[in-house]
Amino acid sequence: MTERPRLAVVGAGPAGLAAALAAAERGVRVTLVDAAEQAGGQFYRQPAAALGARRPQALHHQWRTWERLRAGLDRHRAAGRILHLTDHHVWCVARDPAAGVFGVHALRGPAQEEGVVVRADAVLLATGGYERVLPFPGWTLPGVVTAGGAQAMLKGGLVLPGRTAVVAGTGPLLLPVAGGLAAAGARVAALAESAGPAALLRQAPALAAQPGKLAEGAGYAARLLRHGVRVLTRCTVVAAHGTDRLEAVTVAALDRDGSLRPGSYRRIRCDTLAVGHGMLPHTDLAETLGCSLSGTAVRVDDEQRTDVPGVWAAGEATGIGGAALALAEGHIAGRSAAARLRGTAPDPRRWAAAGRARTRLREFAAALDAVYAPPAGWAERLPDETVVCRCEEVTAGEVRGAVDPLGAGDLRTVKLLSRAGMGWCQGRMCAPAVAGLTGCPLTAGRRPLARPVPLGVLAALPDTDTGLPETGDDLAEAEVGRTAAEVGHPVADAGPPETD
Amino acid sequence: MNPMELVRARPGASRTVTFDGRPLAALPGQTVAAALWAAGVTAWRSTRGAGRPRGVFCGIGVCFDCLVTVNGRPNQRACLVPVRPGDVIRTQEGTGRDDD
Repeated sequence: MTERPRLAVVGAGPAGLAAALAAAERGVRVTLVDAAEQAGGQFYRQPAAALGARRPQALHHQWRTWERLRAGLDRHRAAGRILHLTDHHVWCVARDPAAGVFGVHALRGPAQEEGVVVRADAVLLATGGYERVLPFPGWTLPGVVTAGGAQAMLKGGLVLPGRTAVVAGTGPLLLPVAGGLAAAGARVAALAESAGPAALLRQAPALAAQPGKLAEGAGYAARLLRHGVRVLTRCTVVAAHGTDRLEAVTVAALDRDGSLRPGSYRRIRCDTLAVGHGMLPHTDLAETLGCSLSGTAVRVDDEQRTDVPGVWAAGEATGIGGAALALAEGHIAGRSAAARLRGTAPDPRRWAAAGRARTRLREFAAALDAVYAPPAGWAERLPDETVVCRCEEVTAGEVRGAVDPLGAGDLRTVKLLSRAGMGWCQGRMCAPAVAGLTGCPLTAGRRPLARPVPLGVLAALPDTDTGLPETGDDLAEAEVGRTAAEVGHPVADAGPPETD
Repeated sequence: MNPMELVRARPGASRTVTFDGRPLAALPGQTVAAALWAAGVTAWRSTRGAGRPRGVFCGIGVCFDCLVTVNGRPNQRACLVPVRPGDVIRTQEGTGRDDD
Protein backbone atom coordinates (compact mmCIF):
# COMPACT_ATOMS: atom_id res chain seq x y z
CA MET A 1 0.00 0.00 0.00
CA THR A 2 1.57 3.28 -1.06
CA GLU A 3 -0.91 5.42 0.75
CA ARG A 4 -1.47 5.22 4.46
CA PRO A 5 -4.83 3.63 5.19
CA ARG A 6 -7.68 5.79 6.31
CA LEU A 7 -10.01 5.08 9.19
CA ALA A 8 -13.28 6.92 9.59
CA VAL A 9 -14.34 7.24 13.23
CA VAL A 10 -17.98 8.21 13.66
CA GLY A 11 -18.55 10.02 16.94
CA ALA A 12 -16.15 12.15 18.99
CA GLY A 13 -17.20 11.15 22.49
CA PRO A 14 -14.93 9.17 24.83
CA ALA A 15 -14.98 5.99 22.69
CA GLY A 16 -14.42 7.76 19.38
CA LEU A 17 -11.67 9.99 20.76
CA ALA A 18 -9.82 7.10 22.41
CA ALA A 19 -10.08 5.13 19.18
CA ALA A 20 -8.96 8.03 16.99
CA LEU A 21 -5.93 8.72 19.19
CA ALA A 22 -4.92 5.05 19.38
CA ALA A 23 -5.15 4.63 15.60
CA ALA A 24 -3.45 7.93 14.76
CA GLU A 25 -0.53 7.09 17.04
CA ARG A 26 -0.01 3.95 14.97
CA GLY A 27 0.22 5.60 11.60
CA VAL A 28 -3.37 5.52 10.46
CA ARG A 29 -4.92 8.60 8.92
CA VAL A 30 -8.10 9.21 10.86
CA THR A 31 -11.14 11.15 9.78
CA LEU A 32 -13.16 11.88 12.91
CA VAL A 33 -16.74 12.67 11.92
CA ASP A 34 -18.98 14.20 14.56
CA ALA A 35 -22.26 16.08 14.76
CA ALA A 36 -21.20 18.55 17.43
CA GLU A 37 -19.25 21.75 17.05
CA GLN A 38 -16.66 20.52 19.51
CA ALA A 39 -15.38 17.08 20.45
CA GLY A 40 -16.53 15.50 23.70
CA GLY A 41 -19.75 13.68 22.93
CA GLN A 42 -22.47 13.80 25.56
CA PHE A 43 -20.27 12.97 28.54
CA TYR A 44 -17.74 15.72 27.80
CA ARG A 45 -20.16 18.07 26.04
CA GLN A 46 -18.51 21.51 26.05
CA PRO A 47 -20.13 24.92 26.30
CA ALA A 48 -20.13 26.79 23.00
CA ALA A 49 -16.85 28.67 22.63
CA ALA A 50 -18.63 32.02 22.28
CA LEU A 51 -20.05 31.62 25.78
CA GLY A 52 -16.53 32.16 27.14
CA ALA A 53 -16.69 29.62 29.97
CA ARG A 54 -13.47 29.92 31.95
CA ARG A 55 -14.28 27.04 34.26
CA PRO A 56 -16.28 24.48 32.30
CA GLN A 57 -14.97 21.73 34.57
CA ALA A 58 -17.44 22.91 37.22
CA LEU A 59 -20.07 21.01 35.22
CA HIS A 60 -17.94 17.93 34.58
CA HIS A 61 -16.40 14.85 36.14
CA GLN A 62 -13.10 13.19 35.21
CA TRP A 63 -11.91 16.46 33.74
CA ARG A 64 -8.25 15.40 33.63
CA THR A 65 -9.15 12.57 31.32
CA TRP A 66 -10.86 15.06 29.06
CA GLU A 67 -7.79 17.31 29.07
CA ARG A 68 -5.65 14.36 28.00
CA LEU A 69 -8.04 13.45 25.20
CA ARG A 70 -8.29 17.04 24.00
CA ALA A 71 -4.52 17.53 24.07
CA GLY A 72 -4.09 14.33 22.06
CA LEU A 73 -6.67 15.41 19.53
CA ASP A 74 -5.06 18.84 19.15
CA ARG A 75 -1.62 17.29 18.68
CA HIS A 76 -2.74 14.82 16.03
CA ARG A 77 -4.80 17.42 14.22
CA ALA A 78 -1.84 19.79 14.09
CA ALA A 79 0.32 16.96 12.74
CA GLY A 80 -2.28 16.15 10.09
CA ARG A 81 -2.95 12.65 11.42
CA ILE A 82 -6.52 13.36 12.43
CA LEU A 83 -8.99 15.30 10.34
CA HIS A 84 -11.82 16.37 12.64
CA LEU A 85 -15.02 17.07 10.74
CA THR A 86 -17.29 18.93 13.15
CA ASP A 87 -20.97 19.61 12.55
CA HIS A 88 -21.17 16.58 10.25
CA HIS A 89 -24.32 14.58 10.90
CA VAL A 90 -23.79 11.04 9.60
CA TRP A 91 -26.93 9.48 8.15
CA CYS A 92 -25.53 6.35 6.51
CA VAL A 93 -22.32 4.37 6.07
CA ALA A 94 -22.21 2.37 2.84
CA ARG A 95 -19.76 -0.39 1.97
CA ASP A 96 -18.42 -1.75 -1.27
CA PRO A 97 -17.61 -5.35 -0.28
CA ALA A 98 -15.51 -6.02 -3.38
CA ALA A 99 -13.27 -2.98 -3.06
CA GLY A 100 -13.30 -2.88 0.76
CA VAL A 101 -14.13 0.80 0.62
CA PHE A 102 -16.62 2.74 2.71
CA GLY A 103 -18.53 5.92 2.04
CA VAL A 104 -19.53 7.78 5.18
CA HIS A 105 -22.48 10.01 4.32
CA ALA A 106 -23.06 13.12 6.38
CA LEU A 107 -25.11 16.27 6.30
CA ARG A 108 -23.11 19.37 7.01
CA GLY A 109 -23.80 22.32 9.20
CA PRO A 110 -26.65 23.12 11.51
CA ALA A 111 -29.09 23.34 8.61
CA GLN A 112 -28.19 19.77 7.56
CA GLU A 113 -29.01 20.44 3.94
CA GLU A 114 -25.70 19.80 2.21
CA GLY A 115 -24.46 16.25 1.74
CA VAL A 116 -20.83 15.14 2.14
CA VAL A 117 -19.28 11.71 1.55
CA VAL A 118 -16.07 10.71 3.30
CA ARG A 119 -14.06 7.80 1.84
CA ALA A 120 -12.45 5.33 4.22
CA ASP A 121 -10.75 1.92 4.21
CA ALA A 122 -12.34 1.02 7.54
CA VAL A 123 -15.00 2.43 9.81
CA LEU A 124 -15.19 2.63 13.58
CA LEU A 125 -18.63 3.32 14.97
CA ALA A 126 -18.65 5.22 18.27
CA THR A 127 -22.17 6.50 17.94
CA GLY A 128 -23.06 6.49 21.63
CA GLY A 129 -26.52 6.13 23.08
CA TYR A 130 -29.65 7.98 23.96
CA GLU A 131 -32.00 7.96 26.87
CA ARG A 132 -34.86 5.61 27.50
CA VAL A 133 -37.86 7.32 29.06
CA LEU A 134 -40.97 5.38 30.01
CA PRO A 135 -44.25 7.30 29.82
CA PHE A 136 -46.53 8.45 32.61
CA PRO A 137 -49.48 10.85 32.60
CA GLY A 138 -48.23 14.36 31.88
CA TRP A 139 -44.85 13.37 30.46
CA THR A 140 -45.41 15.44 27.31
CA LEU A 141 -45.83 18.71 29.24
CA PRO A 142 -43.22 21.39 28.58
CA GLY A 143 -40.88 21.37 31.56
CA VAL A 144 -40.60 17.58 31.49
CA VAL A 145 -37.23 16.77 29.91
CA THR A 146 -34.97 13.76 29.81
CA ALA A 147 -32.33 13.69 32.53
CA GLY A 148 -29.63 13.64 29.86
CA GLY A 149 -31.37 16.45 28.00
CA ALA A 150 -31.34 18.69 31.06
CA GLN A 151 -27.65 17.92 31.44
CA ALA A 152 -26.89 18.52 27.75
CA MET A 153 -28.64 21.89 27.74
CA LEU A 154 -26.79 22.83 30.92
CA LYS A 155 -23.34 21.72 29.74
CA GLY A 156 -23.69 23.04 26.20
CA GLY A 157 -25.90 26.10 26.55
CA LEU A 158 -25.39 26.98 30.23
CA VAL A 159 -29.13 27.17 30.78
CA LEU A 160 -31.73 25.66 33.09
CA PRO A 161 -35.34 24.99 32.16
CA GLY A 162 -36.69 26.40 35.41
CA ARG A 163 -36.03 27.12 39.07
CA THR A 164 -37.30 24.06 40.91
CA ALA A 165 -36.53 20.60 39.61
CA VAL A 166 -37.43 17.04 40.44
CA VAL A 167 -35.08 14.38 39.07
CA ALA A 168 -36.68 10.98 38.66
CA GLY A 169 -36.56 7.57 37.03
CA THR A 170 -33.78 5.09 37.49
CA GLY A 171 -30.11 4.71 36.68
CA PRO A 172 -26.66 6.01 37.49
CA LEU A 173 -27.21 9.14 35.37
CA LEU A 174 -29.70 10.62 37.83
CA LEU A 175 -27.11 11.39 40.52
CA PRO A 176 -24.80 13.57 38.40
CA VAL A 177 -27.79 15.24 36.74
CA ALA A 178 -29.31 16.20 40.09
CA GLY A 179 -25.91 17.33 41.33
CA GLY A 180 -25.27 19.40 38.20
CA LEU A 181 -28.66 21.11 38.32
CA ALA A 182 -28.19 21.92 42.01
CA ALA A 183 -24.66 23.25 41.50
CA ALA A 184 -25.93 25.46 38.68
CA GLY A 185 -28.48 27.08 40.96
CA ALA A 186 -31.65 25.05 40.52
CA ARG A 187 -33.49 23.99 43.65
CA VAL A 188 -33.68 20.21 43.37
CA ALA A 189 -36.77 19.38 45.39
CA ALA A 190 -36.24 15.62 45.20
CA LEU A 191 -34.42 12.82 43.45
CA ALA A 192 -36.85 9.92 43.06
CA GLU A 193 -35.04 6.69 42.18
CA SER A 194 -37.22 3.64 41.62
CA ALA A 195 -34.48 1.16 42.55
CA GLY A 196 -34.07 0.47 46.22
CA PRO A 197 -31.16 -0.26 48.55
CA ALA A 198 -32.05 -3.94 48.54
CA ALA A 199 -31.38 -4.18 44.80
CA LEU A 200 -28.01 -2.53 45.34
CA LEU A 201 -27.16 -4.97 48.11
CA ARG A 202 -27.98 -7.96 45.92
CA GLN A 203 -25.28 -6.79 43.53
CA ALA A 204 -22.89 -5.84 46.30
CA PRO A 205 -20.06 -8.25 45.40
CA ALA A 206 -19.93 -7.11 41.79
CA LEU A 207 -20.14 -3.47 42.79
CA ALA A 208 -17.61 -3.76 45.60
CA ALA A 209 -15.05 -5.00 43.09
CA GLN A 210 -15.09 -1.49 41.60
CA PRO A 211 -13.71 0.82 44.26
CA GLY A 212 -13.12 3.59 41.74
CA LYS A 213 -16.67 3.53 40.48
CA LEU A 214 -18.06 3.37 44.01
CA ALA A 215 -16.00 6.40 44.96
CA GLU A 216 -17.39 8.19 41.93
CA GLY A 217 -20.93 7.39 43.09
CA ALA A 218 -20.11 8.47 46.63
CA GLY A 219 -18.80 11.76 45.21
CA TYR A 220 -22.09 12.38 43.44
CA ALA A 221 -24.03 11.51 46.59
CA ALA A 222 -21.91 13.87 48.70
CA ARG A 223 -22.62 16.68 46.27
CA LEU A 224 -26.36 16.06 46.60
CA LEU A 225 -26.05 16.10 50.38
CA ARG A 226 -24.19 19.40 50.20
CA HIS A 227 -27.04 20.93 48.21
CA GLY A 228 -29.64 19.45 50.55
CA VAL A 229 -31.24 17.31 47.85
CA ARG A 230 -33.75 14.85 49.23
CA VAL A 231 -33.12 11.37 47.80
CA LEU A 232 -36.15 9.08 47.71
CA THR A 233 -35.41 5.46 46.82
CA ARG A 234 -37.99 2.87 45.75
CA CYS A 235 -39.99 5.84 44.58
CA THR A 236 -41.48 6.54 41.16
CA VAL A 237 -43.20 9.38 39.32
CA VAL A 238 -46.92 8.69 39.12
CA ALA A 239 -47.91 11.77 37.15
CA ALA A 240 -46.79 15.21 36.01
CA HIS A 241 -49.36 17.97 36.44
CA GLY A 242 -50.03 21.24 34.67
CA THR A 243 -52.11 22.67 31.86
CA ASP A 244 -49.65 24.20 29.39
CA ARG A 245 -46.48 23.57 31.35
CA LEU A 246 -45.31 21.52 34.30
CA GLU A 247 -46.48 22.74 37.71
CA ALA A 248 -46.03 19.71 39.97
CA VAL A 249 -45.34 15.99 40.01
CA THR A 250 -46.78 13.22 42.13
CA VAL A 251 -44.38 10.57 43.34
CA ALA A 252 -45.19 7.43 45.28
CA ALA A 253 -43.33 4.62 47.02
CA LEU A 254 -43.02 1.27 45.29
CA ASP A 255 -43.78 -1.95 47.12
CA ARG A 256 -41.68 -5.03 46.42
CA ASP A 257 -44.27 -6.41 44.04
CA GLY A 258 -44.17 -3.20 42.00
CA SER A 259 -47.45 -1.82 43.29
CA LEU A 260 -47.70 1.73 44.60
CA ARG A 261 -47.97 1.89 48.34
CA PRO A 262 -51.29 3.44 49.39
CA GLY A 263 -50.85 6.60 51.41
CA SER A 264 -47.34 7.22 50.06
CA TYR A 265 -48.42 9.60 47.28
CA ARG A 266 -46.69 12.94 47.53
CA ARG A 267 -47.25 16.00 45.36
CA ILE A 268 -44.15 18.14 44.80
CA ARG A 269 -44.35 21.59 43.23
CA CYS A 270 -41.75 22.05 40.49
CA ASP A 271 -41.33 23.60 37.05
CA THR A 272 -38.81 21.04 35.82
CA LEU A 273 -38.86 17.26 35.81
CA ALA A 274 -35.66 15.61 34.56
CA VAL A 275 -36.52 11.97 34.01
CA GLY A 276 -34.79 8.92 32.56
CA HIS A 277 -34.86 5.13 32.79
CA GLY A 278 -31.44 4.17 31.50
CA MET A 279 -29.92 4.34 28.05
CA LEU A 280 -30.14 2.60 24.70
CA PRO A 281 -27.36 2.22 22.11
CA HIS A 282 -27.41 4.08 18.79
CA THR A 283 -27.16 1.21 16.28
CA ASP A 284 -28.70 2.59 13.08
CA LEU A 285 -25.43 2.94 11.16
CA ALA A 286 -24.26 -0.52 12.23
CA GLU A 287 -27.56 -2.14 11.28
CA THR A 288 -27.56 -0.60 7.83
CA LEU A 289 -24.02 -1.92 7.31
CA GLY A 290 -25.33 -5.37 8.20
CA CYS A 291 -23.64 -5.75 11.59
CA SER A 292 -25.24 -8.29 13.90
CA LEU A 293 -26.67 -7.07 17.15
CA SER A 294 -26.69 -8.70 20.53
CA GLY A 295 -29.95 -7.60 22.12
CA THR A 296 -30.14 -3.90 21.34
CA ALA A 297 -26.35 -3.36 21.08
CA VAL A 298 -23.83 -3.91 18.30
CA ARG A 299 -22.11 -7.27 18.73
CA VAL A 300 -18.31 -7.11 18.81
CA ASP A 301 -15.46 -9.55 19.37
CA ASP A 302 -12.48 -9.15 21.72
CA GLU A 303 -10.91 -6.68 19.29
CA GLN A 304 -14.15 -4.66 19.12
CA ARG A 305 -14.73 -5.87 15.56
CA THR A 306 -18.27 -6.25 14.33
CA ASP A 307 -19.09 -9.20 12.10
CA VAL A 308 -18.83 -6.99 9.00
CA PRO A 309 -15.25 -6.86 7.67
CA GLY A 310 -13.67 -3.46 8.17
CA VAL A 311 -16.21 -2.26 10.73
CA TRP A 312 -15.31 -1.76 14.40
CA ALA A 313 -17.58 -0.48 17.17
CA ALA A 314 -16.91 0.84 20.67
CA GLY A 315 -18.61 2.60 23.54
CA GLU A 316 -22.32 2.78 24.31
CA ALA A 317 -23.18 1.52 20.80
CA THR A 318 -21.88 -1.89 21.88
CA GLY A 319 -23.71 -1.85 25.22
CA ILE A 320 -24.37 0.82 27.83
CA GLY A 321 -21.49 1.01 30.27
CA GLY A 322 -20.37 4.59 30.81
CA ALA A 323 -17.46 6.76 29.79
CA ALA A 324 -14.66 4.75 31.41
CA LEU A 325 -15.72 1.59 29.57
CA ALA A 326 -16.07 3.58 26.36
CA LEU A 327 -12.47 4.78 26.71
CA ALA A 328 -11.16 1.22 27.16
CA GLU A 329 -13.20 -0.13 24.25
CA GLY A 330 -12.26 2.78 22.01
CA HIS A 331 -8.57 2.31 22.75
CA ILE A 332 -8.71 -1.39 21.92
CA ALA A 333 -10.76 -0.77 18.79
CA GLY A 334 -8.35 1.90 17.55
CA ARG A 335 -5.31 -0.35 18.10
CA SER A 336 -6.97 -3.31 16.45
CA ALA A 337 -8.05 -1.23 13.45
CA ALA A 338 -4.55 0.22 13.08
CA ALA A 339 -2.96 -3.25 13.05
CA ARG A 340 -5.54 -4.79 10.72
CA LEU A 341 -5.31 -1.87 8.30
CA ARG A 342 -1.57 -2.53 8.07
CA GLY A 343 -2.36 -6.14 7.34
CA THR A 344 -1.04 -7.49 10.62
CA ALA A 345 -2.75 -9.27 13.49
CA PRO A 346 -2.70 -7.21 16.69
CA ASP A 347 -1.20 -8.62 19.88
CA PRO A 348 -3.85 -8.29 22.61
CA ARG A 349 -1.12 -8.46 25.26
CA ARG A 350 -0.19 -4.95 24.18
CA TRP A 351 -3.55 -3.64 25.37
CA ALA A 352 -3.80 -5.91 28.42
CA ALA A 353 -4.49 -3.03 30.82
CA ALA A 354 -7.37 -1.74 28.69
CA GLY A 355 -8.61 -5.29 28.31
CA ARG A 356 -8.71 -5.81 32.05
CA ALA A 357 -10.48 -2.49 32.55
CA ARG A 358 -13.01 -3.49 29.90
CA THR A 359 -13.76 -6.80 31.61
CA ARG A 360 -14.12 -5.16 35.00
CA LEU A 361 -16.28 -2.30 33.76
CA ARG A 362 -18.55 -4.58 31.78
CA GLU A 363 -19.17 -6.62 34.93
CA PHE A 364 -19.93 -3.42 36.78
CA ALA A 365 -22.31 -2.29 34.03
CA ALA A 366 -24.13 -5.62 34.15
CA ALA A 367 -24.53 -5.30 37.91
CA LEU A 368 -25.86 -1.75 37.57
CA ASP A 369 -28.23 -2.89 34.86
CA ALA A 370 -29.69 -5.45 37.25
CA VAL A 371 -30.13 -2.81 39.96
CA TYR A 372 -31.62 -0.11 37.78
CA ALA A 373 -34.36 -2.01 36.03
CA PRO A 374 -37.46 -0.05 35.00
CA PRO A 375 -39.94 0.16 37.88
CA ALA A 376 -42.06 -2.95 37.98
CA GLY A 377 -45.70 -2.49 37.04
CA TRP A 378 -45.23 0.75 35.09
CA ALA A 379 -46.89 -0.62 31.94
CA GLU A 380 -49.95 -1.98 33.74
CA ARG A 381 -50.40 1.31 35.56
CA LEU A 382 -50.30 3.47 32.44
CA PRO A 383 -53.78 4.88 31.76
CA ASP A 384 -55.24 4.28 28.30
CA GLU A 385 -55.47 8.01 27.56
CA THR A 386 -51.75 8.76 28.13
CA VAL A 387 -49.84 9.62 24.95
CA VAL A 388 -47.08 7.06 24.34
CA CYS A 389 -45.80 8.02 20.87
CA ARG A 390 -44.96 11.69 21.28
CA CYS A 391 -44.60 12.37 17.55
CA GLU A 392 -47.82 10.82 16.30
CA GLU A 393 -49.77 11.38 19.53
CA VAL A 394 -50.72 7.72 19.87
CA THR A 395 -52.17 6.79 23.26
CA ALA A 396 -51.51 3.75 25.43
CA GLY A 397 -55.04 2.56 24.68
CA GLU A 398 -54.40 2.68 20.94
CA VAL A 399 -51.11 0.81 21.36
CA ARG A 400 -52.81 -1.86 23.47
CA GLY A 401 -55.55 -2.09 20.87
CA ALA A 402 -53.01 -3.06 18.21
CA VAL A 403 -52.41 -6.27 20.16
CA ASP A 404 -55.89 -6.91 21.47
CA PRO A 405 -58.11 -7.06 19.47
CA LEU A 406 -55.97 -6.49 16.34
CA GLY A 407 -53.41 -9.23 17.03
CA ALA A 408 -50.03 -7.54 16.47
CA GLY A 409 -47.11 -9.65 17.68
CA ASP A 410 -44.11 -7.40 17.01
CA LEU A 411 -43.22 -3.72 17.17
CA ARG A 412 -43.39 -3.26 13.42
CA THR A 413 -46.96 -4.53 13.23
CA VAL A 414 -47.94 -2.42 16.22
CA LYS A 415 -46.51 0.56 14.34
CA LEU A 416 -48.41 -0.22 11.17
CA LEU A 417 -51.67 -0.61 13.07
CA SER A 418 -51.35 2.28 15.51
CA ARG A 419 -48.78 4.70 13.98
CA ALA A 420 -46.75 4.47 17.23
CA GLY A 421 -43.14 4.92 16.11
CA MET A 422 -43.97 6.26 12.66
CA GLY A 423 -43.14 9.90 13.31
CA TRP A 424 -40.10 12.16 13.24
CA CYS A 425 -38.09 10.29 15.86
CA GLN A 426 -38.77 6.95 14.14
CA GLY A 427 -39.72 5.26 17.37
CA ARG A 428 -36.53 6.08 19.25
CA MET A 429 -38.51 7.67 22.06
CA CYS A 430 -41.52 5.33 22.27
CA ALA A 431 -40.19 1.91 21.23
CA PRO A 432 -39.25 0.79 24.77
CA ALA A 433 -42.66 1.87 26.05
CA VAL A 434 -44.52 0.22 23.17
CA ALA A 435 -42.54 -2.97 23.80
CA GLY A 436 -43.38 -2.89 27.50
CA LEU A 437 -47.06 -2.19 26.89
CA THR A 438 -47.55 -4.86 24.26
CA GLY A 439 -45.18 -7.53 25.48
CA CYS A 440 -43.40 -7.45 22.10
CA PRO A 441 -39.62 -7.82 22.29
CA LEU A 442 -37.65 -4.57 21.95
CA THR A 443 -36.03 -5.19 18.60
CA ALA A 444 -33.67 -3.03 16.58
CA GLY A 445 -35.29 -0.18 14.73
CA ARG A 446 -34.05 -0.90 11.21
CA ARG A 447 -33.68 2.67 10.09
CA PRO A 448 -31.71 2.81 6.82
CA LEU A 449 -31.46 6.59 7.16
CA ALA A 450 -30.17 7.46 10.61
CA ARG A 451 -31.61 10.97 10.34
CA PRO A 452 -33.86 12.92 7.96
CA VAL A 453 -32.11 13.55 4.65
CA PRO A 454 -33.19 16.11 2.06
CA LEU A 455 -34.39 14.45 -1.15
CA GLY A 456 -31.96 16.59 -3.13
CA VAL A 457 -29.01 14.98 -1.33
CA LEU A 458 -30.30 11.47 -2.09
CA ALA A 459 -31.02 12.35 -5.71
CA ALA A 460 -27.50 13.68 -6.27
CA LEU A 461 -25.72 10.52 -5.07
CA PRO A 462 -23.83 8.61 -7.75
CA ASP A 463 -25.10 5.12 -8.43
CA THR A 464 -22.25 3.22 -6.71
CA ASP A 465 -22.25 0.80 -3.76
CA THR A 466 -20.70 3.36 -1.49
CA GLY A 467 -22.30 6.48 -2.91
CA LEU A 468 -18.78 7.72 -3.63
CA PRO A 469 -18.08 9.19 -7.06
CA GLU A 470 -16.35 6.73 -9.44
CA THR A 471 -13.72 9.19 -10.40
CA GLY A 472 -12.05 12.08 -8.71
CA ASP A 473 -9.97 12.19 -5.61
CA ASP A 474 -11.29 11.74 -2.17
CA LEU A 475 -10.13 13.72 0.79
CA ALA A 476 -6.51 14.28 -0.09
CA GLU A 477 -3.61 14.63 2.31
CA ALA A 478 -3.46 18.28 1.41
CA GLU A 479 -6.90 18.76 2.79
CA VAL A 480 -5.96 17.60 6.24
CA GLY A 481 -5.82 20.62 8.48
CA ARG A 482 -8.19 22.68 6.39
CA THR A 483 -11.43 23.67 7.95
CA ALA A 484 -14.32 21.28 7.87
CA ALA A 485 -16.18 23.59 5.52
CA GLU A 486 -13.54 23.04 2.84
CA VAL A 487 -13.29 19.28 2.71
CA GLY A 488 -15.33 16.32 1.71
CA HIS A 489 -17.36 15.62 -1.35
CA PRO A 490 -20.24 17.96 -1.55
CA VAL A 491 -23.13 15.91 -2.82
CA ALA A 492 -25.69 18.53 -3.49
CA ASP A 493 -26.86 21.95 -2.72
CA ALA A 494 -30.09 20.55 -1.49
CA GLY A 495 -32.19 23.66 -1.85
CA PRO A 496 -35.30 23.78 0.24
CA PRO A 497 -35.90 21.04 2.78
CA GLU A 498 -37.81 17.95 1.95
CA THR A 499 -41.40 18.42 0.92
CA ASP A 500 -44.41 17.23 2.86
CA MET B 1 -25.75 30.80 41.64
CA ASN B 2 -26.60 30.33 37.98
CA PRO B 3 -24.93 28.29 35.23
CA MET B 4 -23.04 31.28 33.82
CA GLU B 5 -21.54 32.11 37.22
CA LEU B 6 -20.74 28.47 37.93
CA VAL B 7 -18.43 28.21 34.91
CA ARG B 8 -17.36 31.86 35.10
CA ALA B 9 -18.62 32.57 31.62
CA ARG B 10 -17.75 35.75 29.80
CA PRO B 11 -20.08 35.51 26.84
CA GLY B 12 -19.87 37.77 23.82
CA ALA B 13 -22.32 40.62 23.40
CA SER B 14 -25.91 39.45 23.25
CA ARG B 15 -27.88 39.75 20.06
CA THR B 16 -31.53 40.45 19.59
CA VAL B 17 -33.90 37.90 18.13
CA THR B 18 -37.67 37.76 18.18
CA PHE B 19 -39.94 35.02 19.46
CA ASP B 20 -43.49 35.35 18.19
CA GLY B 21 -42.78 39.02 17.62
CA ARG B 22 -41.36 39.68 21.07
CA PRO B 23 -37.71 40.78 21.19
CA LEU B 24 -35.36 38.57 23.24
CA ALA B 25 -31.67 38.86 24.06
CA ALA B 26 -29.71 35.76 23.00
CA LEU B 27 -26.09 34.94 23.69
CA PRO B 28 -23.71 33.98 20.90
CA GLY B 29 -23.05 30.24 20.85
CA GLN B 30 -26.41 29.30 22.32
CA THR B 31 -28.86 27.18 20.43
CA VAL B 32 -32.34 28.49 19.74
CA ALA B 33 -33.60 26.24 22.54
CA ALA B 34 -31.03 27.54 25.03
CA ALA B 35 -31.85 31.15 24.15
CA LEU B 36 -35.56 30.47 24.65
CA TRP B 37 -34.97 28.70 27.98
CA ALA B 38 -32.80 31.60 29.12
CA ALA B 39 -35.75 33.89 28.35
CA GLY B 40 -38.11 31.69 30.35
CA VAL B 41 -39.80 30.15 27.30
CA THR B 42 -40.27 26.37 27.47
CA ALA B 43 -42.85 25.70 24.71
CA TRP B 44 -42.63 26.66 21.02
CA ARG B 45 -44.60 24.09 19.11
CA SER B 46 -48.19 22.91 19.13
CA THR B 47 -48.78 19.35 18.01
CA ARG B 48 -50.52 18.45 14.77
CA GLY B 49 -53.23 16.39 16.42
CA ALA B 50 -54.30 17.75 19.77
CA GLY B 51 -52.58 21.12 19.44
CA ARG B 52 -50.65 20.55 22.67
CA PRO B 53 -47.59 22.65 23.57
CA ARG B 54 -44.13 21.09 23.30
CA GLY B 55 -40.53 22.19 23.78
CA VAL B 56 -37.23 20.50 24.55
CA PHE B 57 -37.45 16.87 25.56
CA CYS B 58 -34.26 14.93 24.70
CA GLY B 59 -32.04 17.98 24.21
CA ILE B 60 -29.68 16.13 21.84
CA GLY B 61 -31.53 16.09 18.52
CA VAL B 62 -33.08 12.64 18.76
CA CYS B 63 -36.75 13.22 19.70
CA PHE B 64 -37.80 16.07 17.34
CA ASP B 65 -40.15 17.45 19.99
CA CYS B 66 -38.47 20.87 19.95
CA LEU B 67 -39.27 21.61 16.30
CA VAL B 68 -39.62 25.33 15.68
CA THR B 69 -39.94 27.78 12.80
CA VAL B 70 -36.84 29.94 12.32
CA ASN B 71 -36.81 32.66 9.68
CA GLY B 72 -39.79 31.10 7.96
CA ARG B 73 -38.35 27.56 7.88
CA PRO B 74 -40.39 25.12 9.95
CA ASN B 75 -39.19 21.83 11.47
CA GLN B 76 -35.86 23.10 12.80
CA ARG B 77 -34.61 21.29 15.88
CA ALA B 78 -34.25 24.13 18.38
CA CYS B 79 -31.79 22.11 20.47
CA LEU B 80 -29.34 21.87 17.54
CA VAL B 81 -29.70 25.14 15.59
CA PRO B 82 -27.45 27.96 16.78
CA VAL B 83 -29.20 31.26 17.28
CA ARG B 84 -28.10 34.06 14.96
CA PRO B 85 -28.57 37.82 15.26
CA GLY B 86 -31.95 38.93 14.01
CA ASP B 87 -33.46 35.44 13.91
CA VAL B 88 -37.25 35.47 13.63
CA ILE B 89 -38.36 32.53 15.77
CA ARG B 90 -42.00 31.52 15.71
CA THR B 91 -44.05 28.92 17.49
CA GLN B 92 -44.59 26.10 15.03
CA GLU B 93 -48.25 25.26 14.65
CA GLY B 94 -48.79 21.68 13.54
CA THR B 95 -46.64 20.86 10.51
CA GLY B 96 -45.55 24.50 10.32
CA ARG B 97 -46.76 24.68 6.76
CA ASP B 98 -50.30 25.83 7.37
CA ASP B 99 -49.42 29.37 6.40
CA ASP B 100 -48.01 28.37 3.01
